[in-house]
Amino acid sequence: MGRYLLVESRDPFDSADVQNAYDLASDLARDGHEVTLFLVQNGVLPARWSGKSASLAALSDAGVEVLADDFSLRERGIALERLARGVAPAPLEVVVDHLADGRKVIWH
Amino acid sequence: MADKKTLTFAIMDAPFENARTTTAMRLMDIAARRGYQINVFAYEGAVYVPFAAQRQHPNAVHGRDVEEEDHPLPREWVAAVMAEAEKNGGKVDWVNCGLCVDERGAGDSIPGVRRGTPGDFWTMAGASDNTLVIPTK
Repeated sequence: MGRYLLVESRDPFDSADVQNAYDLASDLARDGHEVTLFLVQNGVLPARWSGKSASLAALSDAGVEVLADDFSLRERGIALERLARGVAPAPLEVVVDHLADGRKVIWH
Repeated sequence: MADKKTLTFAIMDAPFENARTTTAMRLMDIAARRGYQINVFAYEGAVYVPFAAQRQHPNAVHGRDVEEEDHPLPREWVAAVMAEAEKNGGKVDWVNCGLCVDERGAGDSIPGVRRGTPGDFWTMAGASDNTLVIPTK
């Protein structure tokens, strides 16, 4: 079983290819890999409950750990109580933890 | 120490333009606080991140002088991360892509930055526990 960290920095309202990254995360999880999707910068925008949030909830249901950079959330005024289902706030340290742990890391 | 990791980062964005620069520096800062060995390969516009001639400026639109504006300078972030790494037993090996530097006239970097090639990135990645490439959009 592989371990993956996908860092999503883009906003799905602006970049249609974000869905490709979500699909990759979902496919990897479906194949039995351990997958974390870490949202950062404008990538956290769908973490605020919206029309794009269902994709994140679906990823969580598929076994993907979905985390949102707490600093990026604060920068954008996204309150933790407004987070979409399946999304948890996390510090950026998680990315360095996973890098140090040898996970395969992809930045999008 | 056995738990001192070596991480390599490749960055490509010019400073003052994108949050990717800030996030990359945040990641390096976290690694520096842990005393990790940090390799950076700055490619394309990122060779301007440690550019020594960056200067603060006033903001006439908002009526603020240089001190009040306190404009952040990426070269100071790089120097701070280098100092933080050393303080914690680590080191930052920052390599600016030489051709990218020449194209842009960006040769005036802060101390601690060296000139190199993509071959250095290959070598650094091969000797690292992990590598993160932060591409441009």
